[in-house]
Amino acid sequence: MFVLLAILVLLAGLIARINPLIVVLASAATAGFAAGLSVHDMVARFGGAFNANKFVTAVFLVVPTIGLLEQHGLQERARQLMTGLKGVTLGRLLFFYLLARQLSAAVGLTQLGGQVTMVRPMLAPMAEAAAEQDEAEHDAEHVKAMSAATDNIGLFFGEDIFLAIGSILLMMGVMKGYGIAVEPFHLSVWAVPTAVAALVIHGGRVLLLDRRGNRHGTGASR
Amino acid sequence: MIGLGLVNALAGTLFLGFAVVTLLSRPGARRPAMALLWGLVSVSFLLGDVIGDTGNGIVAIAIVAVAAFGRPLAAPQVGDDHIAARSVLAARFGNRLFLPALLIPLAALSGTLLFKALPGIVEAPNATLISLAVGAVLSALLCMIWFRLDPAAPFKEGVRLMDGMGWAALMPQMLASLGVVYAASGMGEAVGQLFGYLPTGGHLFAQVAIYCVGMALLTALMGNALAAFPVMFAAIGVPLLIGIQGGNPAAIAAIGMLAGFCGTLMTPMAANFNLVPAALLNLRDPYGVIRAQIPTAVIMLGANILLLYFLGFPS
Repeated sequence: MFVLLAILVLLAGLIARINPLIVVLASAATAGFAAGLSVHDMVARFGGAFNANKFVTAVFLVVPTIGLLEQHGLQERARQLMTGLKGVTLGRLLFFYLLARQLSAAVGLTQLGGQVTMVRPMLAPMAEAAAEQDEAEHDAEHVKAMSAATDNIGLFFGEDIFLAIGSILLMMGVMKGYGIAVEPFHLSVWAVPTAVAALVIHGGRVLLLDRRGNRHGTGASR
Repeated sequence: MIGLGLVNALAGTLFLGFAVVTLLSRPGARRPAMALLWGLVSVSFLLGDVIGDTGNGIVAIAIVAVAAFGRPLAAPQVGDDHIAARSVLAARFGNRLFLPALLIPLAALSGTLLFKALPGIVEAPNATLISLAVGAVLSALLCMIWFRLDPAAPFKEGVRLMDGMGWAALMPQMLASLGVVYAASGMGEAVGQLFGYLPTGGHLFAQVAIYCVGMALLTALMGNALAAFPVMFAAIGVPLLIGIQGGNPAAIAAIGMLAGFCGTLMTPMAANFNLVPAALLNLRDPYGVIRAQIPTAVIMLGANILLLYFLGFPS
């Protein structure tokens, strides 16, 4: 039971707003001590896992391309593209992005999107341009934060519909350990109701951005 | 067969380049620390398979020490004349600017399909990551030729973005490692015992709610639903919801995982989803993205509880 102290370390670190990297290391050390590992074993076990999982950091291979394109006007082009479009509001833009992100993630295209590759260079500038065209006042911080949020939410509540995603494979593996045999399809079909709920709930929130903006706008013009 | 070795070599070279251009050309007092940080990441990629588990552990601890004792660099504010200059470039290059950015996911997708059709060229489980890495390098080369840039340019522009993310970029790898240590320390069994003491009075709705909320909370603490899932599924899913209540195992697993994703939306531990974009978008509030997500996450958690309660059990 002492291993549960490792969770308390995470909780305390989060509340105290200590750098999460330190919190993770402290929590791993706590779990190791509780399990009676020596310091050397603990360092080796963490190091082995760190090395085995370094591929997750390899996704940053995309940053040179994005940086070069930004330096040559990618964000500005995304803005210019928006100014040419009539009838595109902030809410409609984010709603369309949410739907597109869910659908593309559901067919396995999880790379088509993302905070580095899509939100910063393209979606956020487009959202800002749409918000500026609006007669209404929008808080620039909130517009950018909602752009990032919409990408995450579209990904999370779309990807589990795809059969070969990591979380589905993990569920199958865990369930197999309890002697429960399921096909990937059986799991992914249960992700559909939640995906629809996310489209309604978050889609409704982003569409409300237009409504709220208009009210402010009419209020200011009176 | 082409395997992760290629990806590691490319990523190691990239981070080595980041360290070198940081040392050579970027001004500021934090320069040596950032160069050391990206240099250590480069060591992990290039030499990680040679230096053994203990060596990797020391590298990981050194990365935490360097990263934690310095704040990430504030993203440089872009001047108005700079934006004006880039607007001119944007008008000149037009929508072709989107193509190299879209080339990367396209390469990941077509590579995955291609290598599935032609087995034996790349290691099958890593086909997507390898295709993504190769696509990213090709796309950067394309930009260099198109814009007629010197070889240092991709590293200089890339490190600008990396510095903005700082240590948060390394969180997913650290969390994955933490999950391995937890598993080896018997965390799943311990949490299962803990939840065994919770009184639910046999009420199905209370049990479903504790399962989903517990999944979200544990995910928020561990930063990763994939780490929280085995723990909560073992603690409540199998013994109570499947064993006693006779629920549909696939629904309990799938909706439980999605309840965990609600926790991911609410925690700074999931730094790559929540803190990295705040840094990338120059938000004043580092928790701004989390604040924008909390209303959706809380309502979605409630929706998942209801969905599992009404759809997952025989009536």
